[in-house]
Amino acid sequence: MQSLLELMGHAHEQISQAVSLTALDQVRVHYLGKSGLLTEQLKALGKLPHEERKAAGAEINNAKQALTLALDDRKQSLQVEALNARLQAEKVDVTLPGRRMDTGSLHPVTLTIQRIGEIFAQLGFSMAEGPEIEDDFHNFTALNIPESHPARAMHDTFYMDSGLLLRTHTSSVQIRHMEHNPPPLRIIAPGRVYRCDSDMTHSPMFHQVEGLMVDEDVTFADLKGILEAFFKAFFEVDELPTRFRATFFPFTEPSAETDIRCVHCGGDGCRVCKGTGWLEVMGCGMVHPNVLKNVGIDSEKYTGFAFGFGVERLAMLRYQINDLRVMFDNDVRVLKQFS
Amino acid sequence: MKVSEKWLREWINTPLALDAIADKLTMSGCEVEARESVATAFTGIVIGHVLEREKHPDADKLSVCKVDNGQGEILQIVCGASNVRAGLKVPLALVGAVLPLPDGKDLKIKKGKLRGVESFGMLCSSTELGMSDKSDGLLELPSDAPVGMDIREYLKLDDEVIELAITANRGDCMSMIGVARETSLLMDVPLTPPAIVPTSVQHNDTFPVDIQASDACPRYAGRIIRNVNPQAATPVWMQEKLRRAGIRSISALVDVTNYVLLELGQPMHAFDLDKLQGSIVVRYACDGETLKMLDGQTATLRGDTLVIADASVPVAMAGIMGGEPTSVTDTTRNLFLESAHFRPAKIMGKARSYGLQTDSSARFERGVDPDMPVQAMERATQLIVDICGGEVGTLVDTCADSSVLQRKTILLRPERIRRVLGVTMDDATVEGVLSRLHCEFSKGEVGWQVQAPLARFDLGIEEDLIEELARVRGYDEIPAELRPRAPCITQPSETAVGRDSLRNLLVARGYQEAVTFSFVDPKMEETLAPAVNAIALANPISADLGVMRSTLWSGLLRSVSYNLNRQQGRVRLFEIGPAFYQDEAGKPQQRTMLSGAITGNLYPEQWGQVNRPVDFYDLKGDVEALLERVTGTQFYFAPVAHAALHPGQSAEIMTMGAVVGWMGMLHPRIEEKLGIEQPVYLFELDMGLLMQRALPKYQAVSKFPVIRRDLALLVDKDVLAVALENAVKKAAEPQLLSYYLFDVYAGKGIPEGQKSVALSLIFQDFSRTLEDAEINRMVDAVVASLRDEVGAVLR
Repeated sequence: MQSLLELMGHAHEQISQAVSLTALDQVRVHYLGKSGLLTEQLKALGKLPHEERKAAGAEINNAKQALTLALDDRKQSLQVEALNARLQAEKVDVTLPGRRMDTGSLHPVTLTIQRIGEIFAQLGFSMAEGPEIEDDFHNFTALNIPESHPARAMHDTFYMDSGLLLRTHTSSVQIRHMEHNPPPLRIIAPGRVYRCDSDMTHSPMFHQVEGLMVDEDVTFADLKGILEAFFKAFFEVDELPTRFRATFFPFTEPSAETDIRCVHCGGDGCRVCKGTGWLEVMGCGMVHPNVLKNVGIDSEKYTGFAFGFGVERLAMLRYQINDLRVMFDNDVRVLKQFS
Repeated sequence: MKVSEKWLREWINTPLALDAIADKLTMSGCEVEARESVATAFTGIVIGHVLEREKHPDADKLSVCKVDNGQGEILQIVCGASNVRAGLKVPLALVGAVLPLPDGKDLKIKKGKLRGVESFGMLCSSTELGMSDKSDGLLELPSDAPVGMDIREYLKLDDEVIELAITANRGDCMSMIGVARETSLLMDVPLTPPAIVPTSVQHNDTFPVDIQASDACPRYAGRIIRNVNPQAATPVWMQEKLRRAGIRSISALVDVTNYVLLELGQPMHAFDLDKLQGSIVVRYACDGETLKMLDGQTATLRGDTLVIADASVPVAMAGIMGGEPTSVTDTTRNLFLESAHFRPAKIMGKARSYGLQTDSSARFERGVDPDMPVQAMERATQLIVDICGGEVGTLVDTCADSSVLQRKTILLRPERIRRVLGVTMDDATVEGVLSRLHCEFSKGEVGWQVQAPLARFDLGIEEDLIEELARVRGYDEIPAELRPRAPCITQPSETAVGRDSLRNLLVARGYQEAVTFSFVDPKMEETLAPAVNAIALANPISADLGVMRSTLWSGLLRSVSYNLNRQQGRVRLFEIGPAFYQDEAGKPQQRTMLSGAITGNLYPEQWGQVNRPVDFYDLKGDVEALLERVTGTQFYFAPVAHAALHPGQSAEIMTMGAVVGWMGMLHPRIEEKLGIEQPVYLFELDMGLLMQRALPKYQAVSKFPVIRRDLALLVDKDVLAVALENAVKKAAEPQLLSYYLFDVYAGKGIPEGQKSVALSLIFQDFSRTLEDAEINRMVDAVVASLRDEVGAVLR
């Protein structure tokens, strides 16, 4: 039988040479297994004289403990090595793009309508809708534009053989809403409108947002206040001078065109504002008493304001789009810019 | 309305600069749309007198002239104009003159040689003076033009024209008197109208006037002027004023009526008295009567049209245009002048209905001062006599309805001013504006009783006056107020399917939102939806935008094609918008559709994904994802024949008997027609049927394990997945939690005409773990049902 010293020498050598957990386990079995070399030595203790047995036993147990420790140490370091090797092997190029379905985008007209809706929602305005094929009453007569009135000539209306028409403005929604809802009212009505006109700056179809507020104490000062607040919110600026110019709309009185300080040049004059420093963005005014009368609202008790503006116009200003046709080409290279 | 500054300043007395006037006009409702000088800033041009004209010895088109410059010199000038002739007075640019050119450079006149002949200056056309965009030949000046006088001074060219956009309610501003009144009102400066002195009457001849349609023509003033000179020249000052207002000079008699129209806003008409029969009758036309108009067209009249007739036939369309047979010509000796009032409501729209638009109709349909006919008649008489001579007859003013001259009384209450404008105005301010408006008013207990001037057809109710107060003071004077208001709390519906949530879902699945026109090509509409009764436009912008779309596919396909033609091979578009059709009763119906189109590869080009072209099931996955938003509703897909879709790849989507939409592959025939060379898949959903979803309601989940059993089945190739599903459902016990198809295969190893289907059944009980025997029994029941219903056999 080998001396314990010799045996331990071999064992440590084999442990340090084991390069895998399997090999290490073989070493463990070789020494500490049921018929392992150290186990054999323990078994052989019985053959020793009684007085030697205790010392020899302690020696073997010490050796066994040392061997177990060495095996554990080695095992741990082999595990670390194995993990390191795996981690090394599993390395990826994190700069390669992810595997994906791309995301799309909303149309700038939708983005703009959503933005307008959010701002007016804060002011308590809810959304309303109306039909796009309209009758003469809702598009004109109820709005105080009698038949043959010169104001109709401004509208370039699309007609159908039935005499119905494509609404020329979202103001028709005012009428439909007031017919069915008593004051107080606060609505905005976005939607498609149609004018028989087509060139670089006119599309036969475009979008408008109509606004209406009717209550017992609505004034022109409120109209100015709300619109000024809206434009500042829309363009995300704390200061945006506006000016209200008198004009004529049959359905409002007093009526105004609203100009905002040019958002491109800040008023110095540029191509966008045609050198004037102002951008005409909206028509508005106090609801004409005849319009209230036409929908059965007492104009002595209630007053209101209405406004209407072009969505494409605001979208073009906000996103710096310089060609109206871009809005309807649906070129995916353009649409993707709005994701 | 083009307004010359010099002319305006004859009417109003103010040192205010034109800038200030223009700005105030713009802010208060008469927008200044353009502003330009009436001539360029040239120097050194005087009136020259052509004494002799000879042909240039070496050039056919040139003349050599001797021109008197009025400063004691006779200059030799070579001229290329065809109208140059001896005796003519023309603008003469002297050596040293500077003429600005349209390109911004200056033309400096020097002594020069043209084809070997010396020239000491240049004779000018109106274009060269910057007075017009084009001209034919030299500007011919009247024979009495003082030779040597600076042309700027002679023609009063140091003047600007502002172009005002007159709104439809302000017919009164379509004249110098109106713009002057407006300016006087806005700037608070006095009005200084030129005096109109009635001309003394030289004979008592009158022409009978019979107003039969007094509802439309309450007043008609007429006068005969005999022995006028029809060939008299229009004085240069009048020509210039007309030119600056954008009206071409025609003949002295016509120019005078146009001048009065511009000056006083009263349209007039001059008839050749000798061509009128018997009398003037103001009446409605008889249906079918015809009238040859001044513009050469012959109008067939309708009974709703007011005419001026003589004893036999209509001679003018009242307030719109005169007739050709009775018009004044260069041989007219005796005139009958008309200065009438027609009610706006009776003229409105009439001109347009005959395809006409005249200076006269534009004014009458907006309203002309009913108190103006006599003044205008006197003004015109004065001018005609001054220019063309003639003997003036008695002015006959026939008033058939004097109510037209009555002013309406309007109550104006201070409280109402505050309620509309949000500001209070003191009495002095209100009365100051009313005075400047030439209103008559008195203050009573509740407010002012106000009578507005007759010329202001836009002032009829209290709000009209409040608007005047606001705009005269300036809208800037009204503060912008953002007041706290009672909150308006709505109850947001959680069961409404928000359009934005569907939009966002598609965006997350890689779709771009499109916006396409609501009107489309009738041919495309017919191809895609032949069964739909489409709504046609009576006046489309172009033939290929002639009908209202019944499906959004036409626009989307056009956009797909647009992108494919620009090297964008992978396109995923959707649109939410209206579609239209005519129902059985012929009534137009509108519904909101959600439609999409996909083509090209499923994924964007990338390194880590096996790519392939999209197919039916890719699109169906998107559609199902949309429908899953509408919880609480079951949807079914069934094969269907659809004109726009591939017959083998088209499905109808239904719920509770209603058709919600369609999806499938674009029919290859249409694909070819559109020039698209790759498959396109389309869907369309009727949003009206997708508006309500269920509110989530909590259900406890079982604590016991689920048990899965897979079945491999052989079925006939044509058995639909939905039939398998129905067979499973038929035998399903409550413990069958769910089931799904996880493989479909036909081909090698499977008998011809059959397919292999793998079905997974998931079982779970709420109160205990299921035992094998129970599960076997339930599986056997499903297998039996599959066998009985669709002939499925276990593999």
